[in-house]
Amino acid sequence: MRIGVVTFPGSLDDGDAARAARIAGAEAVRLWHGDPNLYGVDAVVLPGGFSYGDYLRCGAIARFAPAMESIIDAARGGLPVLGICNGFQILCEAHLLPGALTRNQHLHFRNRDQHLRIESTDTAWTNGFTPGQEVLIPVKNGEGCYVADERTLDALVAEGRVVARYTRGNPNGSQRDIAAITNEAGNVVGIMPHPEHAVEALTGPSLDGLGFFTSVLRALAGASAGGQQPGGQ
Amino acid sequence: MARVVVDVMLKPEILDPQGQAVANALPRLGVSDVTSVRIGRRIEIEFAGDADPERAREIADKLLANPVIEDFTIHLDGAAAEVA
Repeated sequence: MRIGVVTFPGSLDDGDAARAARIAGAEAVRLWHGDPNLYGVDAVVLPGGFSYGDYLRCGAIARFAPAMESIIDAARGGLPVLGICNGFQILCEAHLLPGALTRNQHLHFRNRDQHLRIESTDTAWTNGFTPGQEVLIPVKNGEGCYVADERTLDALVAEGRVVARYTRGNPNGSQRDIAAITNEAGNVVGIMPHPEHAVEALTGPSLDGLGFFTSVLRALAGASAGGQQPGGQ
Repeated sequence: MARVVVDVMLKPEILDPQGQAVANALPRLGVSDVTSVRIGRRIEIEFAGDADPERAREIADKLLANPVIEDFTIHLDGAAAEVA
């Protein structure tokens, strides 16, 4: 399986994301923001960082990159896409996910190991977890406060599209403690904390992040065996 | 050259922690009669030919503002604000 990782000008975690994909057993394919060709990858990770310097709004300019136009089309067709941190912001700006990420309520950049509860295991990126499972992965953001109107929040909860919530303390003021959400089909997931930084004992607080990458491999294997769309819906 | 000005503000229901931080600093200036501060962004667009407010509106809607959390107004430089 081939997982593409996009590098935008200002991406920081593209190297770690590619590495996490390899550790999970995938072939990592580096994609370039200016190249619309996705080279036939089976899934895409939009990594963390500060694409285009976070100018205007986080993710607002990256959304219009040639690579993103291809990814938006492919995601609507079922391609599994995981947006981490800045990648989550890009997915919201691209309207693949509802809502927006805004300045942390306390205005501080927050960098710490964070406990999360996995709320939905029906997505392409979380099917390897058990519902309610607690995981520990690093969070590091200045604009990670998830906001949406009440109707959207109610719908996300009712449809089981809240993928993970912060536990033992909300690091940024996100509404309803939301740390990760998915689209209706379950193939697109945005997460503010960084699973790619929790894949090795040497550098991470746990190996919990690996589950996101092994999940998508399982979804893809199931899709190629059973002919179903990744995401399991 | 013709200039169109786009003002982008967070929607009223969206918390503005930057504005709150500024408001909280005002008492240190001896200002005690301000109840709220909200911070937005002013963007000036220069057109090569005539000002094109419709094109400016399209730019604002697609890129300059995020309609999920922000409202915008556009006006020709020097003219009264027109609500989007």
